[in-house]
Amino acid sequence: MPPSVPSDSTLLLITAVAVVIGAIAIVAVVGFRLSRSYRELGTEAEHATFAALHSAAAAGRQLRNGLEPAGALKASKQLRSLLNCAAFAMTDDSRLLAWDGSGAAAKQPESAVVMGLVAKALSNGRTQVATLEPALRASLGLPPDGELKAAVICPLKVDSRAVGCVVILSKTPTAGLVRATNEVAAWVSAQLELAELSSSRTLLAEAEVRALRAQISPHFIYNSLNAIASFINTDPQRARDLVVEFADFTRYSFRRHGDFTTLAEELRCIDRYLLLESARFGDRLQVSLQIAPEVLSTVIPFLSLQPLVENAVRHGIEAKVGSGLVQISARDLGAHTEVTIEDDGVGMDPEQLRQVLAGRQDGTHVGLRNVDARLRQVYGDDHGLTIDTGVGHGMLITMTVPKNQPGHDA
Amino acid sequence: MNPGIGYTALILVSAITTIIGFYGLRVSRTTSDFYVASRTVKPWWNASAIGGEYLSAASFLGIAGLIAISGLDALWFPIGYTAGYLMLLFFVAAPLRRSGAYTIPDFAEARLESATARYVTSVLVVVVGWFYIVPQLHGAALTIRTTTGLPSWVGAGSVVVVVCLTVVTGGMRSITFVQAFQYWLKLTALAVPAIFILLMLSGTTGSGAAIPAGTELFPPSMPLSGDSTYSTLSLMVALLFGTLGLPHVLVRFYTNPDGAAARRTTLIVLGLLTIFYLFPTIYGVLGRVFLPDLAANGYPDATVLLLPGTLIGGLGGEILSALVVAGAFAAFLSTTSGLVVSLAGVISQDVLGGSVRGFRIAAVFAAVVPFGVAMVTDSLALAGSVGLVFAFTASTICPLLLLGIWWRGLTDAGAVAGMLAGGILCGSAIMLGAQTAADSVWRDLLTQPAAWTVPAAFFVTILVSKATAQRRSSSVSRFMTKLHVPERPLAVDNPRTQPN
Repeated sequence: MPPSVPSDSTLLLITAVAVVIGAIAIVAVVGFRLSRSYRELGTEAEHATFAALHSAAAAGRQLRNGLEPAGALKASKQLRSLLNCAAFAMTDDSRLLAWDGSGAAAKQPESAVVMGLVAKALSNGRTQVATLEPALRASLGLPPDGELKAAVICPLKVDSRAVGCVVILSKTPTAGLVRATNEVAAWVSAQLELAELSSSRTLLAEAEVRALRAQISPHFIYNSLNAIASFINTDPQRARDLVVEFADFTRYSFRRHGDFTTLAEELRCIDRYLLLESARFGDRLQVSLQIAPEVLSTVIPFLSLQPLVENAVRHGIEAKVGSGLVQISARDLGAHTEVTIEDDGVGMDPEQLRQVLAGRQDGTHVGLRNVDARLRQVYGDDHGLTIDTGVGHGMLITMTVPKNQPGHDA
Repeated sequence: MNPGIGYTALILVSAITTIIGFYGLRVSRTTSDFYVASRTVKPWWNASAIGGEYLSAASFLGIAGLIAISGLDALWFPIGYTAGYLMLLFFVAAPLRRSGAYTIPDFAEARLESATARYVTSVLVVVVGWFYIVPQLHGAALTIRTTTGLPSWVGAGSVVVVVCLTVVTGGMRSITFVQAFQYWLKLTALAVPAIFILLMLSGTTGSGAAIPAGTELFPPSMPLSGDSTYSTLSLMVALLFGTLGLPHVLVRFYTNPDGAAARRTTLIVLGLLTIFYLFPTIYGVLGRVFLPDLAANGYPDATVLLLPGTLIGGLGGEILSALVVAGAFAAFLSTTSGLVVSLAGVISQDVLGGSVRGFRIAAVFAAVVPFGVAMVTDSLALAGSVGLVFAFTASTICPLLLLGIWWRGLTDAGAVAGMLAGGILCGSAIMLGAQTAADSVWRDLLTQPAAWTVPAAFFVTILVSKATAQRRSSSVSRFMTKLHVPERPLAVDNPRTQPN
């Protein structure tokens, strides 16, 4: 689709190229398919096994999120082909989730009717084989004189608790069919347990992030209050301003809601923090800032920058003789935002830092480890802190976060 | 024209762009000036930046050229380009700012929770972006050819090289300020020569040319209006709805601190665009009088470039010509770099795993492909080419955005079906339209397809969404709330009242 109005010859050229590419693609796809199908040749029994395993695997993927309608429906289609029955339904403990049927049973019945059918199996946790009376058939939307006369109902159990049912409709409930249904229900139950396992793993990870959520440092409270106290007599106005800043700072860091914040809010917090620290350091602490306005709305984990600045001030500048400079910059890297915090303080031994980050050494710089762990937890291992340092050479901490985080609300 | 003018202007604009890009943020500040609110971009700046990015070769050169060929009909283009922002203001700006999605594919994925929908959107966004860059490169080629006499590829190539260099080396650090600068440069570059020319023609400066007595601005020999009502209507549909989906424009809104600021910005953009479009119109009308040969020779888009030099002789004329050429290059550079950055974001995310290095590779890729296309095609009318890109965008991305923001019922299957239907219909119509005979009854329908392809895309999207209602994403209510409920404002500095 060239938007320009090209001359006819160039248009023909483009069309010709497109046609050739299309033809090559079709030949390649067909050839690939053919070669695959030759390779897959096997006996009838092998084919049946492959088909069954394929259906099971496909259904398993759909149940990865537990019992929910969209996944259950896709899984039901696969499982019905596996059991070769007229209709296959899944319920949870309160409603019909999915119904897949063919022929007379193609239409999905009322949820309440199906739930009435499965009530017994849900309550006693055992497989039921029900004969469908004409009245029940009518309410299920089946023709009253049809051939579908039997339903096999198997409960789905997670931790020996019935969380839902599998229902199949068939002409006659043969022992083989009942057994196969039981096996399918057991297999679905296993998938549900896996789903529950993975959701509890997610919960665990979230709890870990919450536990790692940085706490305001006790040293800082102590030092700030002392610094403010020293101004009360000499400069009451400044003392008052500092107390107000301190109050705002604590309100931000004690807030309960949300694990995420925007870069702008975090920078406000850092501003207050530095104001309080400079009451203590005076001219010894100098700060410079380069922030690209485009990245101010980037979402970052709550209190993930302030500990880095605190680290720079407390471990970099405080231990240093003379004044020190902390440089904070944030810039736009296209799909990412890069924030760097650099100090010209005392630095540290890289090997020691490695030990701290790996969690093998406690004591100073735990703030760094905490932030690093949270970033890895939230954004993956690629997004941990990058730290350049050496003894006497200051420290440069780089943090890169993706701009687009649909799941995270600041 | 003196080739020196072209070289000087080209080098000057490239250098200034690069310098502002690199040093715009190098002014370090101390704690006393930490306040974040002073760092958020004011709507004025941001609106200028949007204007800078949006006013492309089509606006700078194309509209005047089109007025020279086809007369009054061309005035619909500036109306459409500007009014598209009204649509953006009403329907898209604030909700999209709140969605937290940085690109349209991000939005598609977050709204529809479907990887397939994301990929389809990505492919369309990249296609739209590429074909929007092509006319910019055509414009650059034309400008270089007209002003210096060098071959076409030099102009297009130099734009691609400058853009790649700045993006790849991370030189677009303060991109908002670069783009804002480009808007004012473009406006000055058009306005100053236009004012001089008007002064001269009105006789206040004495010497020089004057409109020959009895000249008709719209002589019967040159068509005043050749387009049917249908094609005008269709063009308006394309421009109004196409603006909604332009990838590079949407990103700018993230620089606004909140949805309300996004709306305010859009309002200012409307004003800025309105002022800007006065001037291409003046050039176009004067071009009909003083440079009628250009339209006949097939280079009507050069009207803006040649008019100042033709009417005002001597050094003054050369300086004004240099200004216009500089403005034109600002137009190519800003639009191209905005597009390359947003395309690189999409490509690196979906193909190269979203790393920083991937972004750079993707940026080169995003600029080189349209360069190739620009070299094998030749443009007759820049404004027309861009109009077709708008038609394509309106038929593909616009239904996704509008329905995604305003209709709960949109499903991933519906969105994909609608985008594909719109894309295939509009794409093939444009292809066929270029080969249809001029007197064919189908020609209007095919060369201006938006009037039927946009409704068709909406129709398919809604129909398929209705049919697949069970695929509706489970978190749609939560996402809709996020889109439409005003957010807490960004940290604002509100100084406490101090007791005395």
